[in-house]
Amino acid sequence: MKDTAAIPGMRMKGNKIQIRTPESTNKALNITLFVLAALTIFTFVQMDYRNLDFLEASYFALRDFGMMMFSPSLKAGHFGWDTIVYETFKTIGLAILSTVFSAIISFFLGLAGALNFSNKTLSTLCKSLMSLIRAIPTILWVLVFTVAIGLGSEAAIVGISFHSIAYLTKAFSESFEEIDEGTIEALKASGASYWQIVFQCALPETISKLLSWTFIRFEINFTNAVAVGAVAGAGGIGYQLFQAGSFYYSIQEVGVIVYACLIVAFMLEFISIQLRKRYIVQ
Amino acid sequence: MSTSELLEIEGLSKSYRDDQFALKDVSTSIRSGELISIIGSSGAGKSTLLRCINRLIEASSGSIKFKGQEVTTLKNKELKAYRRDVGMIFQSYNLIYRLSAIENVLHGRLGYKNALAGALGLYSEEEKQLAFQLLDEVGLAEFAYRRADRLSGGQKQRVGIARALCQQPSLMLCDEPIASLDPKSSKDVMDSLRKIVDERQITCIVNLHQVKTAIEYSDRIIGLRHGEKVFEGDPSSLTLDIIEEIYEGTKDEYTEVAAMAQISTMDVALQDNQELVGAIDGN
Amino acid sequence: METSMSLAPQKTFDHSYFRKKNLAILALVLLMVLVMWGSGKVADFDFVYAFTSIPLALQWMAISFAPTAASLSALPELLHQTWLTILSAVAATTTAAILALILGVLGSNSVGVKNTVVKTSIRVIASVFRNIPIVAWALVLLLSFKQGEFTGFLALFLSTFGQLTRLFLDTFDEVPLGPIEAVGATGSSYWPIIFQAAIPCAIPQLMSWVLYMVETNIRSATLVGMLTGTGIGFAFDLYYKSFRYDVAGLLVIITIITVISIELISAKVRRSML
Repeated sequence: MKDTAAIPGMRMKGNKIQIRTPESTNKALNITLFVLAALTIFTFVQMDYRNLDFLEASYFALRDFGMMMFSPSLKAGHFGWDTIVYETFKTIGLAILSTVFSAIISFFLGLAGALNFSNKTLSTLCKSLMSLIRAIPTILWVLVFTVAIGLGSEAAIVGISFHSIAYLTKAFSESFEEIDEGTIEALKASGASYWQIVFQCALPETISKLLSWTFIRFEINFTNAVAVGAVAGAGGIGYQLFQAGSFYYSIQEVGVIVYACLIVAFMLEFISIQLRKRYIVQ
Repeated sequence: MSTSELLEIEGLSKSYRDDQFALKDVSTSIRSGELISIIGSSGAGKSTLLRCINRLIEASSGSIKFKGQEVTTLKNKELKAYRRDVGMIFQSYNLIYRLSAIENVLHGRLGYKNALAGALGLYSEEEKQLAFQLLDEVGLAEFAYRRADRLSGGQKQRVGIARALCQQPSLMLCDEPIASLDPKSSKDVMDSLRKIVDERQITCIVNLHQVKTAIEYSDRIIGLRHGEKVFEGDPSSLTLDIIEEIYEGTKDEYTEVAAMAQISTMDVALQDNQELVGAIDGN
Repeated sequence: METSMSLAPQKTFDHSYFRKKNLAILALVLLMVLVMWGSGKVADFDFVYAFTSIPLALQWMAISFAPTAASLSALPELLHQTWLTILSAVAATTTAAILALILGVLGSNSVGVKNTVVKTSIRVIASVFRNIPIVAWALVLLLSFKQGEFTGFLALFLSTFGQLTRLFLDTFDEVPLGPIEAVGATGSSYWPIIFQAAIPCAIPQLMSWVLYMVETNIRSATLVGMLTGTGIGFAFDLYYKSFRYDVAGLLVIITIITVISIELISAKVRRSML
């Protein structure tokens, strides 16, 4: 170790050369990793397992999962194919309606939230309100509306829309804020009114981004529509899923419904990839 | 080594489609302790040639012998051992920017380690000592613990050189090492490469854009055009006609050719390097 | 013929362009209206009722959901259930992230395995796990694992695993190839390249996705909890269905504070992790 002192800048720890020092490591990253790991271990230690026999339960779970994926069927006879198809379309309908309503409302709220199309007070107010609404899980919104306006697709759509609007407003605001300031200034200089700037500049400049966010939300809203159908009984294929799993204990019927959901999800994913390809190329 | 030939390239070709050659029948041999420049316009195949040598790209045909051993057929372990003996530096430095300078230099030792020690980044004291010495040699010991993204371009490239040297290689492949650097840093980097060749007898093959730098620093120059070798010889035998031939019909070298054309009107003999370099500098 | 073809449209070009554009927009709007009307029919949705009922519903909520002094007695229990939900969301995300990291590396186009069969199967598995409704996971697991925290954790874990694998695959696909090539050129073997080059290059993005999933999973945990009888979801369901709206309202406030705090923390962490 006689050479070690010869190099200035080298740091030692005991008689070992140090490689990592506080200045070369990212504290935030290390702390985050440590906190996540510690919380995870703590979770498993304190969890109430209720005398679960893991081996047996895992065996049954795997068997059930295999049955769900590899032998789906409606043999048990609780639902007909017509119900499955109709309810799947109904769920898509719920997703379409809530997504379109949200996108239209979010367009205007997004303008209010965007600093370059609004003022600081209004923007802050809009953004805070939206993060407040976004913090409440969709299922709570739907449950509240099922009591307030009655069980049905109205409660599902209004409930899903609340979270959806808050999500899209944030995304839209950020898209508007990315517009080049020069473009807006040029239009302002030519005497264009606020709404002219919005429809001649903001909309065409951001339309591909807005559509792509809207479609992403559509995929999420479909998932949400299935979930609220199951838990709040607000209609759609989710309700059949809940009945099959929770009342009839019919894994094979659950399998059929899962495949229905998978087909829709894959189709949406395919469309979304195609849309993104087209818009990126243009 | 009984023979002084370190690297023998014979009929090397690389084609991406049947009739599109990135490299076409290139042959040359390179001795130990030489600094060789490869010049040519972008797309002439300089990068492909270097990457074929350490097999980051697989050649379509031809042979490469390193220390008498055929390398185009090496597999797994032997290929890794061969790559370990061949250092490489890059135009865009290709450092891991979130890691410190010293960690990047130590990456040169990964080829000597088993997978577990390598993955965990466990290095011996000797290796750390070596890495520090190399960083000190390129003048960056005081920045050892600084994250690579906070170094300047010239400093990043010098870390790249230290990383390659840390492999203790016999051959260094330098892919446009100064193309992204300012004149001062370029000079520092080329000076270090020259020093490495002279002091350590490590062979350097350097891809260069700048004819001037090639003439100034190399022992031998190879000119590539459309994947074919059109010139090979010492800097003094590089004539204007040859330079024009190498860069002919390529737009991106327009300024360089124009500078050369200007010298030709002055009828300066290219043999006199000092004068030529001065003339281009003045342009 | 040729000349008339090339000359004639030029004069009217602008008109026909705008007319076409307007027609296209009109057609799109009509199509949208048609789709909406169809969706409304299929979903049995009453547009007028839905919109007119919102103000009244919000008014009802504001009044009946206001927590009272009496609702504070439930506070310790609510806080405990919230804590359990956070733990469940974090644990599911972290464990899923470890598995997703391995598959994300192996399945990526940049540093993954060469074998296309393996790569494609990783992508298919990720997609299936991601798209199976989380409710279906919960319902199937309930049959074997019964009601309890662990069942909720497992359901979250499985769907998070699918989502994170997909996100990690995308992240590794976009990793800069230069530095990885450089470490490969030193003669390093596969796993050192991954741990010394690929992961350090990708880590800020990977962690950003992990934090995003923690945020999302708090909401998903609420949903799953309603089925597995744990956490925020369970507590909300319990008080809501027993008409204790004031306590449910308190829980909503706690949830808001929790989610926003976690969002703020992770936004800060994300910035300092770069």
